[in-house]
Amino acid sequence: MFGFGILTGLIVLPLVGAAFILVQSGKYEASVQNIRWAALFTTLATFLLSLYAWSQFDPANPGFQLVEEKTWMGGGLIYKLGVDGISMPFVLLTTFLMPFCIAASWRSIEHRVKEYMVAFLVLETLMIGVFAALDMILFYVFFEGGLIPMFLIIGVWGGKRRIYACFKFFLYTLLGSLLMLLAMMAMWSVTGTTDITKLLATAFPSSMQKWLWLAFFASFAVKMPMWPVHTWLPDAHVEAPTAGSVILAGILLKMGGYGFLRFSLPMFPEASHYFAPLVWTLSVIAIVYTSLVAMVQEDMKKLIAYSSVAHMGFVTMGLFAMNAQGVQGAVFQMVSHGLVSGALFLCVGVVYDRLHTREISAYGGLVRTMPKYAVAFMIFTMANVGLPGTSGFVGEFLTLLGAFGANSWVALFATSGVILSAAYALYLYRRVVFGALEKPALAGMKDLSGREVALLAPLAALTIWYGVQPGAILSACAASVDLLIKNYEAALAVTKTAALALH
Amino acid sequence: MTSLAFDLAHSLPEIVLALGALTLLMLGAFWADKRDWIITECAVIVMGLAFLSIFYPLGDRAVIWDQAFVDDSFGRFMKALVLIGSITTLVVSREYMARKQIDFFEFPVLVLLATLGMCMLVSAQSLIALYLGLELMSLALYVIAAFNRDDVRASEAGLKYFVLGALSSGMLLYGASLLYGFAGTVSFTGIAAALQGGASIGVIFGLVFVLAGLAFKMSIAPFHMWTPDVYEGSPTPVTAFFATAAKVAAVAITVRIVITAFPGLKPQWQQIVVFGAILSMALGSFAAIGQTNIKRLMAYSSIGHMGFALVGLATGDEQGVAGVMIYMAIYLLMSLGAFAAILSMRVGDRYVENIGDLAGLARTNGFMAFVIATMMFSLAGIPPLAGFFAKWYVFVAAIKGGLYGLAVVGMLASTVAAFYYLRVVKIMYFDEPARPFDRVNWEVKAVMAVAGLAIVLFAAFPGPFVAASAQAAAKSLF
Repeated sequence: MFGFGILTGLIVLPLVGAAFILVQSGKYEASVQNIRWAALFTTLATFLLSLYAWSQFDPANPGFQLVEEKTWMGGGLIYKLGVDGISMPFVLLTTFLMPFCIAASWRSIEHRVKEYMVAFLVLETLMIGVFAALDMILFYVFFEGGLIPMFLIIGVWGGKRRIYACFKFFLYTLLGSLLMLLAMMAMWSVTGTTDITKLLATAFPSSMQKWLWLAFFASFAVKMPMWPVHTWLPDAHVEAPTAGSVILAGILLKMGGYGFLRFSLPMFPEASHYFAPLVWTLSVIAIVYTSLVAMVQEDMKKLIAYSSVAHMGFVTMGLFAMNAQGVQGAVFQMVSHGLVSGALFLCVGVVYDRLHTREISAYGGLVRTMPKYAVAFMIFTMANVGLPGTSGFVGEFLTLLGAFGANSWVALFATSGVILSAAYALYLYRRVVFGALEKPALAGMKDLSGREVALLAPLAALTIWYGVQPGAILSACAASVDLLIKNYEAALAVTKTAALALH
Repeated sequence: MTSLAFDLAHSLPEIVLALGALTLLMLGAFWADKRDWIITECAVIVMGLAFLSIFYPLGDRAVIWDQAFVDDSFGRFMKALVLIGSITTLVVSREYMARKQIDFFEFPVLVLLATLGMCMLVSAQSLIALYLGLELMSLALYVIAAFNRDDVRASEAGLKYFVLGALSSGMLLYGASLLYGFAGTVSFTGIAAALQGGASIGVIFGLVFVLAGLAFKMSIAPFHMWTPDVYEGSPTPVTAFFATAAKVAAVAITVRIVITAFPGLKPQWQQIVVFGAILSMALGSFAAIGQTNIKRLMAYSSIGHMGFALVGLATGDEQGVAGVMIYMAIYLLMSLGAFAAILSMRVGDRYVENIGDLAGLARTNGFMAFVIATMMFSLAGIPPLAGFFAKWYVFVAAIKGGLYGLAVVGMLASTVAAFYYLRVVKIMYFDEPARPFDRVNWEVKAVMAVAGLAIVLFAAFPGPFVAASAQAAAKSLF
């Protein structure tokens, strides 16, 4: 329509919903209810549109599809969108999770509903834009623009220390991103283009690659987050409202991993190879250290936040193993973690809405009053542990396999993280769900309502479905990942020949 | 066309402004009531005419009035910005001046004269024309800074600005005399030609003094001392005028003089520009953190932003100049929006200036809070707002010119600066509401709405146009 394609439609659609909500008064209960329905309807429509985009997408083709291009900003920059096998799963993940976020906020958000829904819809636009952008600066605009709605979501609807958390989140991410922006400027000044497809075909001089890689790393490592720059995440998670945590864990963290796949690995192969041991070391530290930290947490959300850092460690480890298993496993792990950690935060939200505390010690014996909840929480806990048969297993297994192919020591230490994750996850589950039902406040707690079942059931189904049928995601990204690895190895081979020729 | 008609045609905006100012002065003195809004309305019309006359098609570049002035697309772009700043200042000033009971007819006349000075300054092509424009602008500005003469702070602001401004003019004049002495000419192109075989130490001294004088007008650190006090003390519309039109004119002449008169001394002036940029960016970022008065905050913010603008100039190439022009256009928009919002901060018929007075504004006046938040995020340079594109164009030029250190410092400074911009957002959105503001009059509301829309939609609508015209206009300097 109007010369734009489906991807533009995906970007614009949430904005249309936001504009509609903006003109509602939001002062009366009926109008607030309209706003909620409008937001839900918009996110569902966006999801349907993304399914249509998915049906138009050919997984066998490793290149970019659904491409659209327009001149922008006086011809200097371009407005170019497109998806390949790596970005398509993330676009779907985003549009899939958004209706859950809206539904999860149905009752828990009571004041300033209008602004809340607008912030979420704008955030959805920006997140889809990140994964669909094929222009470096367009990517940056979306990547960084997401800070504004997230800052407001945490700051306005967050918990007690929300101000501290949202400032920390904002400034940490901003500093990393600005360094990336400098690297983008340097790339532009060398190549004269901001088109990602052209940059992918450019071989940057090796001296420059290392600097560029480091600058991009500064941004993506913070976003991922990798140890030791992960400290903003637990704060942000704890203070954010439930839906904010879901988006944060489900999608915003994936932007870092996606960035590595889109920029660092294919554009700077030599530097990626050179810095791979550094990434592995940080990943292994993240896996082991943050798992240990998770074990001693008193706050449910903080525990899940630290476990997210550990799981992202598997992702970075798999990515920089740079073989088919590692990279595909990393993509799978990101999607799976998006579903599982999102669901875990929703589970925490369920009990938080009832008791208004996230202290683990305030709970115990919930299985007696909330059996349905116990089942749902069990499924997601097991997926978090990586039990075979859940989607968590596939990702961890593949990334470990990939890491083993690249460096067996890395795999050895990382595998210990699987044991640790079982320890903290099961420990959490035992303390919250099992045990005697002693606390009087818990006795009257109601089991999952219809809305909550409708929220958790699809996620549980997908978690198990992808656990036994991982092919759905793996085959989507296979062709693009193969191309990525082939180009990577070709680039390294060229450097090696050049180095040999010098001797 | 005879040479006189040719010269007159090319200085049409200035002529319109000069005639308009003199006519309105006479009208005000002999005919109208002393506090008549009609003079301001007429002044807005005069400036609107001057603005339109900029677009009168006359060819790309003409040197006029015996090499004293030049009419080129760079100058026209900057004059358009100056006039937008001046017009908006007058439009939003009505209620403030009336409530403070200082709505005398001299105010619009002085703004007109200052604008005339700015336009002359922008198109100056010789040292004498530069000084003429600068003094015409400054003398008018000294007076309007102290326009609320019964107010102690306003008088202090005017006096401070006058004393320090006179000092800086002295420095500039001294530098200009050295330049004339060593180069033998006052014309910019003449100086460039004279310096082709290398420069003596005297010329470099002259350059340093001239740049110091101009740095004062741009409030580039370390010549920024006057800025916070004058911003705080002056009537708010006057502060808006200082922050927008005056800054644009000062930056324009600085760009013009270093590019046209000193292309051969680039290594020398580049050092000065880089030093000033780094110092301003750092000072603007750190010093603003502790401010509680929003006008002082904007003062430090503007110091920082002038530093960012100079980052584009530091490379001294076409791309850099285009970057500066785009930066000033966006900075003008952001400042106008921010000052319109400050002019709406009125509780119980009294104007307030504390950041704390904005507490909980999102709940008492959602529109105004949204506009301020947009301005703040944009000033912090967060995409997709306009401020990001401003930074993009100047830093891209710096990176291309190999000034990596400067770019890195700039980025670090903008992270620090983000903190205090976010603090304003935090106070408006996260804190409990303070007393709600009084009703805002429509002119101010309109300015806020237009600026807010332009900032939010910059990437889609005004951006491509501004970028393209700035890139085209920058060519005329080289």
